[in-house]
Formats: sequence, C-alpha cells, structure tokens
Amino acid sequence: MGKLLEVNNLSISFTQYVQGLNRHDLKVISDLSIDIDESEIVAVLGSSGSGKSLLAHTILGILPYNAHVTGDVNFKGQILDQEKKEKIRGKEICLIPQSVNFLDPLMKVSQQAVGECKDDNERKEKEKRQREVFAKYGLDESVDDLYPFELSGGMARKVLLSTALLNDPDLLIADEPTPGLDAKSVEETIQDIRSLKEHGKGVLLITHEIDVALRTADRIAIFYSGYVIEINKVENFLNSENLLHPYTKALVDALPKNGFKLTEGVQPLEDVPGCPYYENCPIRLDKCQNNKPELIEHDGIMIRCFNFKETGSEEVVSEETGSEDVVSEEVVSEETGSEDVVSEEDNNEEEINDEA
Amino acid sequence: MMKLKAENISFSYNKKRPILKDISLSLESNQIIGLIGDSGSGKSTLCKIMAGYITNFTGDVTIDGKEISRNGFDPVQLIFQHPEKTMNPKWKMEKVLRESWIPPQDLKDTFGLKDNWLTRWPSELSGGELQRFSILRALNPQTKFIIADEISTMLDAVTQVQIWEALIKHCRANDIGILAVSHDKDLLDVICDDILYFKELNHL
Ligand SMILES: Nc1ncnc2c1ncn2[C@@H]1O[C@H](COP(=O)(O)OP(=O)(O)OP(=O)(O)O)[C@@H](O)[C@H]1O
Ligand SMILES: Nc1ncnc2c1ncn2[C@@H]1O[C@H](COP(=O)(O)OP(=O)(O)O)[C@@H](O)[C@H]1O
Ligand code: SF4
Ligand SMILES: [Mg+2]
Ligand SMILES: [Mg+2]
Repeated sequence: MGKLLEVNNLSISFTQYVQGLNRHDLKVISDLSIDIDESEIVAVLGSSGSGKSLLAHTILGILPYNAHVTGDVNFKGQILDQEKKEKIRGKEICLIPQSVNFLDPLMKVSQQAVGECKDDNERKEKEKRQREVFAKYGLDESVDDLYPFELSGGMARKVLLSTALLNDPDLLIADEPTPGLDAKSVEETIQDIRSLKEHGKGVLLITHEIDVALRTADRIAIFYSGYVIEINKVENFLNSENLLHPYTKALVDALPKNGFKLTEGVQPLEDVPGCPYYENCPIRLDKCQNNKPELIEHDGIMIRCFNFKETGSEEVVSEETGSEDVVSEEVVSEETGSEDVVSEEDNNEEEINDEA
Repeated sequence: MMKLKAENISFSYNKKRPILKDISLSLESNQIIGLIGDSGSGKSTLCKIMAGYITNFTGDVTIDGKEISRNGFDPVQLIFQHPEKTMNPKWKMEKVLRESWIPPQDLKDTFGLKDNWLTRWPSELSGGELQRFSILRALNPQTKFIIADEISTMLDAVTQVQIWEALIKHCRANDIGILAVSHDKDLLDVICDDILYFKELNHL
C-alpha cells in the first residue's frame, strides 16, 4: 500500500499581465514533493509567502484560474484530477483554511458547520455534534446564531475548525489553525489533531507556531521560497544544532524563547537560478549561485543544500560526489508531470473581520 | 515624553452583549507595553477605540490629558494582524505607501523594503512583505503611539524578529510608545517593558 497522500514534483506558476499585454510567468512552487501516511501528522513550517497555502489549495483543487500546475497529487493510490478533488473535498479531505473569508457571510455559523445533510436524521445527528464541538471550543449557544462578521478572528477560526472536524475526514489539511487563539483553545486544537491520528487519519498541519508542530507532528517539512529545503524528525527541532539547513536553524533560533535571534534578509521574489537561500546564506559556496541543490536523503532526513553540516559533527558534507550540479529541475518536472490547469475561486488570501 | 490614556472605557456592539466595561490603561511614549488575553475577549475592540476607529464608546481616550483630534493625521496609529485588509487592492505598493508619507531610504532599508516591491500589487506580496509596508506606513513623523494588534501572528519566526527589531529601534529613537497585543507570552516577555492581562482590566 502506498501512502495516504503523495504530492510529486509539484510546480506552480502564475501568469501575470504586466502593463497590458506583456505576459510574465511567476514561479511560486518548484519541484515540491511531500507525503503523508495514515496515522501520521506532517507539519509544514516556513517563510511567509513560501507556498504553504498554495500547496493546500492544490490538494483541494481550489487554486485561482491563472495558476499553472505541473506534477501530481495521489490520494489512497489514485491520481486526483480536478473532478476527483471536487468530489472528495469536504468529505474524505477537509481543509481548515487560513483565511476566514472562506466562511459564507450570509449564513449563520452553526448552519455552516453542519453543512449539507442527506436527510433529517443526519441533520439531527450533526446538529447535536455541532453543539458539542462548539461547546468544547468555548462557543456558547449565543454564537450559533451569529453571522461571520460578528465573530472575532479567534472565534471565526474555531468555527472553521469545528466545521472540518464535523465531517470526519481521512485527511485533514489545517492551514494555520491556531493564530490568535488563546492557550486553552490551542490546547483543544492540539488534542483534536492528535485524536485524528489515533483514529488512523492523516494530517497536514501548516503553521508558524513551532510549539504546535512540535507537540503534534511526526515529521516537519520546511518551506522556503517555494522549495522544500528540509524534512526532519520532530526531536531534532529541540536543538538547532541538529538541524541541517541554515534557514531551518535560523528559524528555530528566532523563536522568542530560543533567543529571538535576528537573521537578516528576505526570500527572493522570483525563482533564482541557484539555491533559493543563496542571497542570505552564511555558509554559501560559489556553486550555490547558479546551481540548484536537489532534495536528497541523508540519514533518513531530507535536505536541499550543497553544504550542510552533518548532525552532531563539525564536518561539512559536500554533495559533489553524488548528484552532479543539477541545473534547474523545472525542465524535468514539466516533462514528466501531468498537466493540470485548474480553475476556480479567487485566491482571496486572508481574512478576518478585524477591520469590519 | 507623552502619555496616552484610556479611562473607564465601556462598549458593546449590541445591547445584549457588553464587551468592554470600565477599562483603564495608560502608556508612555518611551514604553512598550504588552496586552495579552483570550480570543474574542475584546482586545481588538479596545485597540480600535484607542486608535479612533470606533467612536460610540463611553469613557475617554486622551494624550497628556487632552482629547485626541482624529481629523487629519491621527497620532495613534493602529497596525492590524492582516495587512492586506487595509490596502486598496487596486493600488500598487508605491501608492499604498505614499498615501501616508514618503519614508526616507534609510528607514526603508531598516525595514528591509525592497525597491522592486514598490511596483507590485498587494496580492503579489506575501504577508511578511505586506506587513513591512503597513508598519512603515504607520510610522509617519506625526505618529506618537503605535497600537500593534497581533502584527506578527501570521509571520514566520525569522520575519517576526526582523519586524520587531526594526519597529522597536525606530520607536525608541523617536519617542513613540507601543501597545503590543499578542497571545504569545514568550514574545511579549522578550519585547515589552511590562505586560497587562486583559481580563484583569475588563470589569465585566
Ligand atoms: N493569485 C496569485 N497571483 C500571483 N501570486 C500569488 C497568487 N497567490 C499567491 N501568490 C504568491 O505565491 C506565493 C506563495 O503564497 P502562499 O499563500 O502559498 O504563501 P504561504 O506560504 O501560505 O504564506 P503565509 O505564511 O503568509 O500564509 C506568495 O509569494 C504569493 O504572493
Ligand atoms: N463588528 C462586530 N459586530 C458585532 N460583534 C463584534 C464585532 N466585532 C467583534 N465583535 C464581538 O466582540 C467581541 C470581542 O471581539 P474582538 O475585540 O475582536 O476580540 P479579541 O481581539 O480579543 O479576540 C467578540 O465576542 C466578537 O464576537
Ligand atoms: S546550497 Fe549553498 S546557498 Fe543554499 S543553503 Fe546550502 S550552502 Fe547555503
Ligand atoms: Mg498561508
Ligand atoms: Mg483580535
């Protein structure tokens, strides 16, 4: 049996029209592969704008119309095309979206959580569970009849979470389920995610809150500028010395309780010919500028860097011997990947009635 | 030095559910004060009142004892968790910024603002990039106080440090006070002089 979910060599670009007719392709995800097993929680951390939400939207088939996608998504051993994605979303695969704009502004929140029902029996059953799940998250009965604009950001997030849990999916994709939530609600979320795993489900957890990832995930994938740069075991994140990629180390050292260490630099706006971290990398080599490191396995850890330090030793592992400087995998994935131009919905990132 | 004061603030969106009752707090322009509390408890509502976005409240918001003039440029600037919601999607970033003021190059550098971002639309930048704009926009020379409502919640840890370091550096140097709202106690411990607990302020 294969994995529950496998994403293979995914690349996404957006077609933009600059000043009228000048077409410009903006590449935002490159050669991305990731998999999730049953009873497994994989967390995704990374720079903002690195493509985390786009990955979620690809799996669900809700990318905007101007997205061009190559590579494939396998679920339970089947390739998901747009039609299949539409059929199983909200059922076998559920999304907790990052943006609370996903809530229907014209529908009371309890109705949205219950969703479509086959018959009255199912409705009664779901309404009962809806109340239980809401209550668990501290949403009292007065909240049932509110419309989305009347919710605070945190409350809206709890509604989105409850909605997804009520559908009892085999794979939950949670895109930032906890920002702005107080400690108690974060705790509830963590318990719910863990309980899915105990019931044999898979979870893709996208988050900026490393603590939440550490307390739930089996593996953590790090994204930077549209690339997976490292996939490591959870325990290695407790000490940045055990991490391989310089950006992953910077991310962990930047946590308030790990020293709030400043690392300068921002991710490139456009795909670059060499390593995406080249501009900011403290250990870069000459060849990093124009050659792309591939994602390779090292001791069960996936790493995309020519010059990473081996865990626990001072020795620098150089990749020169094995994979020769691979220039741009774009070409490769564009040929092998099944083309799949999806349309639908505007990708209205972001949310909240904060300004309402 | 100046002092921003909120005194006996009460407010409800509708009569059935009071949100804020008799809240008082003060902030000096050389201070960074943290505010922590449960989600939905009313922190953002209080922020909007202090920054003049909500006006039908009872109580007083003053600077050095005087009512704040909200016409023209407001000396109390609110920065939101979701920068994209406060930007006109049909304006390029250059215009978004210029709407408030034209910051000098060194300030743009401090905030890591790249020139090639200026010609983009808001939808073409990430949350971290947009938040740098919204902070810079709020740092107009007439600003005396910044209310930062979960401004780094949607950002990665590296960007969070960059943004706070730059904001604190600028505010310390220019005698601007900061009220930092967050649910992240670890963060507030690192950046604030003092932390207030919302439920102790709110007399519901
Ligand atoms: N419709 C679009 N047109 C052009 N660029 C887009 C579009 N949607 C997203 N992007 C770009 O794709 C990149 C990845 O976006 P995405 O929303 O996946 O980031 P993210 O990793 O989820 O970030 P965050 O941590 O801020 O949520 C960003 O640079 C973004 O600006
Ligand atoms: N526009 C609105 N209309 C009605 N109720 C609102 C509105 N905005 C917020 N509320 C309510 O006010 C309370 C406080 O919200 P908010 O200040 O956003 O909380 P916090 O920032 O502490 O999470 C919540 O119960 C929310 O439901
Ligand atoms: S490949 Fe080179 S530039 Fe990229 S992270 Fe590794 S050392 Fe740094
Ligand atoms: Mg996102
Ligand atoms: Mg709030």
